[in-house]
Amino acid sequence: MRVGLFVTCVNDTLYPRTGQAVVTLLERLGVQVDFPMTQSCCGQPQFNTGYRHQAEPLMRRYATAFQDFDHVVTPSASCTAMIRDNYPRIAAKAAAEGRGGTMSEAAAGAVAKTYELTEFLVDVLGVTDVGAYFPHTVTYHPTCHGLRVLGLGDRPLRLLEKVRGIELRKPAGAEECCGFGGTFAVKNPAVSAAMGADKARALTETGATAVCAVDNSCLLHIGGTLARDGSAVRPVHIAEILACTEGSAL
Amino acid sequence: MSGAVSPTGGSAHATYLGMPAFPRAAAVSTRDSGLRANLRRATHTIRAKRAAAVAELDDWERLRAAGAAIKDRTLRHLDHYLVRLEENVTRAGGTVHWAADAAEANRIVTELVRATGEREVVKVKSMVTQEIGLNAALSEAGIRAYETDLAELIVQLGDDLPSHILVPAIHRNRGEIRDIFRDRMAQWGRPAPEGLTDRPADLAEAARLHLREKFLSINVAISGANFMVAETGTLVVVESEGNGRMCLTLPETLISVVGIEKTVPTWQDLEVFLQLLPRSSTAERMNPYTSMWTGTTAEDGPRAFHLVLLDNGRTDTLADRTGRQALRCIRCSACLNVCPVYERAGGHAYGSPYPGPIGAILTPQLRGLTSALEESLPFASSLCGACYEVCPVAIDIPEVLVHLRERVVEGGEVTVRGTRTVIKPAKRHAAERALMRTAGWVLDHPAALRHGQRLAARTRRFHPRRLPGPGRAWTDTRELPRMPAESFRDWWARTRGGPAGTRSREQAS
Ligand code: SF4
Repeated sequence: MRVGLFVTCVNDTLYPRTGQAVVTLLERLGVQVDFPMTQSCCGQPQFNTGYRHQAEPLMRRYATAFQDFDHVVTPSASCTAMIRDNYPRIAAKAAAEGRGGTMSEAAAGAVAKTYELTEFLVDVLGVTDVGAYFPHTVTYHPTCHGLRVLGLGDRPLRLLEKVRGIELRKPAGAEECCGFGGTFAVKNPAVSAAMGADKARALTETGATAVCAVDNSCLLHIGGTLARDGSAVRPVHIAEILACTEGSAL
Repeated sequence: MSGAVSPTGGSAHATYLGMPAFPRAAAVSTRDSGLRANLRRATHTIRAKRAAAVAELDDWERLRAAGAAIKDRTLRHLDHYLVRLEENVTRAGGTVHWAADAAEANRIVTELVRATGEREVVKVKSMVTQEIGLNAALSEAGIRAYETDLAELIVQLGDDLPSHILVPAIHRNRGEIRDIFRDRMAQWGRPAPEGLTDRPADLAEAARLHLREKFLSINVAISGANFMVAETGTLVVVESEGNGRMCLTLPETLISVVGIEKTVPTWQDLEVFLQLLPRSSTAERMNPYTSMWTGTTAEDGPRAFHLVLLDNGRTDTLADRTGRQALRCIRCSACLNVCPVYERAGGHAYGSPYPGPIGAILTPQLRGLTSALEESLPFASSLCGACYEVCPVAIDIPEVLVHLRERVVEGGEVTVRGTRTVIKPAKRHAAERALMRTAGWVLDHPAALRHGQRLAARTRRFHPRRLPGPGRAWTDTRELPRMPAESFRDWWARTRGGPAGTRSREQAS
């Protein structure tokens, strides 16, 4: 089984530790993972802002970069959702515009092999106990795309519950959007900030020292808001928790 | 009461015309802590009740799929069903009028009222008459329209605009309503009782006394309808208060203004929606009042019945393959009640009688991308998907939002009054478009991306913590992330890659 890591452009540039954690975790579970250097961005920011045509070359790039892999694992629910939900739409619209070509194969191939990290662990590898150790109080934020587009359900929590030393706290209004929404955060700053403030308050009230999620883009906004508020809660990607062991605890 | 067309003088009807773009309006309304508290309380209460009412049915998902399929099939053959509807309404003694747009509908209704010789009408809660601005048009013709739905009454007395589909006065609390009744009722008819309190029962009683007078004395009623059954020509109004029933049965003349998309082919189809609607909207198994009428009936109810079928952008919307699903909407308001953006911004920021997620996809389609407001609405969402999850007719609102965003930033084909036209990209997105193009190029050239990452990493100690210009929208309320010393791909190349820096081959471009 050839497994490729799609780290995502946000993690590549801003959160390399998340990518490193995925590599550590998968290797510990006996999975050989490779990182094709030709990968880039899935095209989500372009597509969701209305620039569908700009997302087309990125979709093709993704398909080519991972064409030799059986599975692609990515530590981002929203990028997985972009691929699964929107690649077929991009291909269909291109076909309707008479530019279909090989795009629908590219889309179908990408959809079939791409997994969000917790899906890959629970559904493909069939593990929930990954042997992690994380002696902290943690609150889990289910991100919208993980929750509603991918239907991750309790997969992330089943993984977290098996982490030794962890104490999990549920925040109020857990399933409410944090207010990030990509370019929404700058196009509608007032509403985004109001949503972020409510989310930050709910997270701080749990008394946890860390908030974890399956997506660093939401955590970028949540963490930025928490830090500005002077909250003690710090953002951490679920991969970084699952990668920790007694010898290497954060 | 002659000549006094508006109690506030002139024709001072509150209007949605000239509303600012969504972000500007929302920046003001999010700061209104009283409004935020009212909306939060109201939406969270109904949200939980809806979830419980829906959870009672184990075939909800199948009902929902049936609702979507029935609407899609009807919309596909709408021309056919509308003709059947017209035939059956006419056969039952009603008269059908066709209105291409708001102006035509207003003209038809005004003339119909004039022909009766009356100067006053009672109204059943109807969003479509808000959409066309009927009250203002009537007022200009010297005809006074009285809203009889409790929440619409509050809105009308307060010289206000509705901010919610189901609860138009959701932005008002009990104290504010008491003040509006006390200060304004006398100008519109029977004054509020002395010493009115803000207890819900007292407020309801004041409204009942005030409205009863109207029901008993006014001879013309104007309504909308939730559904029109084509096979028999029957109209259906679903409500909770019974005030609609009064309007629909007591006056001599009934004029119903209905959007063409409200058609359902058969009674069997209607049955599906009578299950979907109440649970989604008021969280009831069945709503208290369901009024149905077919044309006119001798010795019972109105003697004259007119149906004004309104297009006003609907066939243009129907021409858009992705956007047309918005026409499935049964106006239950479930999407508003779960929307985190609506909860903070309030309904008025959406600049139309259709607020919240459905408004964000319906208004730009019905009106076209005609001003900064319509262009801003598709962006008034974080795409969290809560609306799609609850929508009883499975409208994929996020999908339509993104589709309309594309029309705004890239332009493209739209249908305006039946004619296909290609619109240009919106001007105010020029800088963003240039940025996207540059970013697109960089992201499609990993070597350039890597170069940029390294440059940013080397200069990271000098990065400002607060950004100027548009970047302020981020740093006003949020810290920026710290740039790491090394990108993931550099780390990979250093620790796992071969001497060429990669295990896999890197493209030169
Ligand atoms: S879009 Fe769906 S949820 Fe929203 S009001 Fe219409 S039917 Fe209800």
